[in-house]
Formats: sequence, C-alpha cells, structure tokens
Amino acid sequence: MSDERSLHFDDVTLAYSVGGPPVVQGVQITAAPNSITAIVGPNGSGKSSLVRGLLGLMPERHGRIVAGGLELMRSDARARSRAIAVMPQRESLAFAMTVRDYVALGRAPFMGVWDALGARDVTIMNDAMDRADVTTFATRRTDELSGGEWQRVRLARTLAQNTPIIVLDEPTTFLDIAHEMATFETLAREAQAGRTIVLVSHTLTLVARFADQMVLMHAGRVAAAGSPRDVMQAGTLEQVYGWPLVVSHDPAVGAPTLVPLRRPR
Amino acid sequence: MLWLGLAVVLVVLIITNLAFGAVSIGPGDAVRALLGNGDRMAVTIVREIRLPRIALAMLVGCALGASGAALQGTLRNALAEPYLLGVSGGAAVGAVIAFTLGVIDAAVVPLAAFAGSIGAVMLVLGLAKAAGGARDPRVLLMAGVIIGAFANALILILLADQPPDRVRGALWWMAGSLTDASWPRVAWLAVYDALGIGLLLTRGRLLDVLALGDESATALGADVGRTTRQVFLISALLAAASVAAAGLIGFVGLVIPNIVRAFGVTRHRALIASAAFGGAALLLLADLIARTVRSPLELPLGAITALIGVPVFLARLRRVR
Repeated sequence: MSDERSLHFDDVTLAYSVGGPPVVQGVQITAAPNSITAIVGPNGSGKSSLVRGLLGLMPERHGRIVAGGLELMRSDARARSRAIAVMPQRESLAFAMTVRDYVALGRAPFMGVWDALGARDVTIMNDAMDRADVTTFATRRTDELSGGEWQRVRLARTLAQNTPIIVLDEPTTFLDIAHEMATFETLAREAQAGRTIVLVSHTLTLVARFADQMVLMHAGRVAAAGSPRDVMQAGTLEQVYGWPLVVSHDPAVGAPTLVPLRRPR
Repeated sequence: MLWLGLAVVLVVLIITNLAFGAVSIGPGDAVRALLGNGDRMAVTIVREIRLPRIALAMLVGCALGASGAALQGTLRNALAEPYLLGVSGGAAVGAVIAFTLGVIDAAVVPLAAFAGSIGAVMLVLGLAKAAGGARDPRVLLMAGVIIGAFANALILILLADQPPDRVRGALWWMAGSLTDASWPRVAWLAVYDALGIGLLLTRGRLLDVLALGDESATALGADVGRTTRQVFLISALLAAASVAAAGLIGFVGLVIPNIVRAFGVTRHRALIASAAFGGAALLLLADLIARTVRSPLELPLGAITALIGVPVFLARLRRVR
C-alpha cells in the first residue's frame, strides 16, 4: 500500500469553488507501479478535475492524494513536481521556442536558480526525446510542429521529469491512429520499466487493450473499477454514457471492444 | 551575435549622444573631451551635461526593457508593458503627489512612485478580474489603458492648484524627459535598477515555465500565483524608478522584448538581460532624436518612443489575434 511509486486517491472530493457543488466525490483509486491505470468516463464525469486536484488547483478539496510520501493536493509545487510528472490536457505556449529548450523545461524542478543544464540533465533529456520519438526534430521551433508532433514533444517534456509516476490527461487527442498507437506503446514501455502510469482517456477501446486497470467515472464518482474485462460491461457503459452500445471482443487481439449503436429511428 | 550587436550599437549610440545636441562637437572631439582632453567648453558639455544624461537614459531604458520582458512573460502576452498596463501612470500619480507635497529627493520620489504603481497594478488586476479574466490579455490591456487614463486625470486634478511654472514642469515631465539628469539621480536609479533587474533574473526559469500556462507550470513546480505577484511587484518597482527619474516613457517595454525575441532569444533570463541593454539603446536613440531633430528645441521623449512603438504594437497586435 505504501509503495513510494504508487499513486493513491483516498476518498477524494473536489469542487471548483469553496462550498460549491462537488465535481468529484469520494473517489478511491490506487495506481500501482509497473502498470497502466486508465481513468475513463463521459465528458464532465470528473476525470480532468482529478488531475487538477492532484496539482492542488481545486479550491475545495477533501481526502488525500498520496505519491512518494507526499500529500499532493497540499504539497509545495516544487516538491510535487519532483515526485510526479503531469501532462495536462491542454497547453498553449505563449512564446515559441525550440523543441530542445521546451523539453529542457522538464528538468526545471531539479534545477536551482542559477544552475545550467548538467550532464545528467542532458542525458535524461536526450533519453526522453528518444523514447517519445522527437529527437529528429529537436532543433525545430514549437510553432512549426504538427498537432501530432506537438503532442509527442509534450510527452517528451513529461518524461524528462524522470519521475516514478506519470499522469497524462488525454495524451492522444488530435492524434491519428499510428501516432495514437505509438504513444500507447511508449506508455506501455514506461510501465514495463517500473513506472506508474495513470492516463485519462476517451478512447475506451484502445485503452482497454493497454490498461492493466480501468476506472470508470460517472458524475464525479467511481462507477466501476477493475480489469478492462470487468469494466467494459455493456450494461454499465450504456448507463454511464446514456447511449446504446455493445461490447464485443476484438477478433485479432481478444480485447473487449466497444461498439456504439445508432439509435433506432 | 545578438550580444555583440547590442554592444556595438550601444557604443555607437553613446558616442553619437556625446557628440550631438544643441552644440555639435564631433565624435572624435567628444571622445577626447570625455577623457578630459581638448577644448574646456567641450569637456564641460560632454562630462557635466551629456554624460549624466546618457547614463540616466540607459538606466531608464534598462528598467523599462527588463520590466516589459518580465511582464510579458508572467502575463503570457507579447503586448504587455508597464506603460500600457497603467503601471507607469500609477507611478506618475505617486510621484506627482510627492511633488505637490514638495518632496523632490531622488531617493524618495521613486518610493512614492512605487506606491502609486502598486496601487495601479492592484486596480488593473482587480478590474480585469471583475471583467472576467485577469489572464485574458485583451481584458488586461483594456483595464491597463483605462487605469492609465484615470491616472492622467488624477494628475491633472492634482496639478490644478499648483503654481504655473510647476504645472509646466510637471506636464513636461509627464511627456517624458531626461533634462533633469544629474549624478545623484543617476546613482539612485542605478541602485533601483540593480535591485530590480537582479531579482527579475532570479525568476528567469520560473518565467520560462509560466509560458506553458497555469496547469503545466504548476506541474513543473512553479507556484504560479506567487511568481506572478513577485514579478508584478519587481516590474512595478522598476517602472516606478524610471518614471520618477524621467517621467512617462511608453512602449520601450513593448518594442524591445519583441525585437529581442525575433533574434531567437527565448529563455527569460537572457531575454530580460538583453531587453535591458536593448532598452538602453532605444532610449539613447530616442533621446538623440528628441535633442537633435529640432535643435535647440527639445522634443518630449515619450512622444518619440510612442512614434516608434505604435507601429510595432500594431504589427504585433495582428499576430496576437
């Protein structure tokens, strides 16, 4: 339970204003090392609020989110950034810079005011860029990248923090199939290397193939949690998404596959 | 390359400023006079009149350039700068209140200006927040322009019962002027510059991280709220010190960081440092124009920087939208 590399959400309740209506209620999740935990659910189910919560950005917060001995919701931002890397859903750079300079910002949590990048920082950065497959365009500027490249560059920056726990909010939005698969493969490798990977995602079918644990959120609460097979149940999903669907099994890989149906006219 | 270029430009501008003005001395004679040789009259003009003025111009430019670069970083907005954000206007109110109370000490006036600029910052942020977005660049700039206009009105009211010569002096100063350059004033501004720019440089990497937006910056260990407040305070101090020394001079903090960025400088520590030197160069150029175009008449310095700055603002505005 107290593995330094796991991430625990312990009875977490969050609201966007103090005393406001809770958007997340009594959430209990444990993400373990060497695995991918996927948090899924419809729009507005509280997935991204959980990410904002662990960054300490939710005004009303109860319960605990613990990683590496830190209570993340109330810890100092710098201490947090050394324990856990978070890639938020959206990010727009105010000023363009080179990919390399951008990825280097992943080392910021570990650098003093007057420090320059050390040899170790450079090694970690280069390694992160290789793993996210962005090394070939390291000298390009961030405002010259395609949507897919930008998303990979953000992943590289997140990996450059070199933390045992990585949380990603919708890491594959705007990506085509190949880039989406490549990203999931990268994350799977990171999990195999011993990291704790938590990702928030909309792409249920794909997530079901890569995740070791799925957590289905609905209206701020955990509606179902467990292996992809446990969570990918047509009855539960239909109720949560409010849409008729069937869950079949992918003939090629045997993973549960969600097929939304068209409503009868 | 940029640094070398800046150094060359600065040296050329310093020599030109030493040489030209109401009396033309010529670059060679000016340098000789600076070293204490040659015509007595030239030595006096160069060393007693032009040199302190050049030093003051550079220090004012440093403060404005660095302040603009830092404000742009923390607001994630390439149009931010102390004048357009109303910070300078607030500083002018503080300084004018000090004048009307008879305070003219070169050490104390900046403090009164600082108090005014802090007041303006709080009003601008409060106004922007009430209008639905302290992080929205357009709302913030609008709030800044409004508070700047309000500050102008306050100054005119404050000056209403002052003797005419003092009003004239104050108005001239509001248009930006380095005519009152003196070594004590230079020394005090140097102190404020060193303090303010030094502190801003320590916030360089935090500003780099802030460019990623609140969530990513927090994820990378930045306390966004605290950093923003600190940078605002320091930038306000720098703007206030420059206003106390030379009045309202706009657009330097806008023009210079954008030019420096166009040269590929992206890290804020280098950006702030080079914007300081670039600001010094721009002010030397503007003062040269102000002193020589209609010599012996002197044009208001703030008007010259506005003539340079407005086209840059418009060009930049198209890219921001």
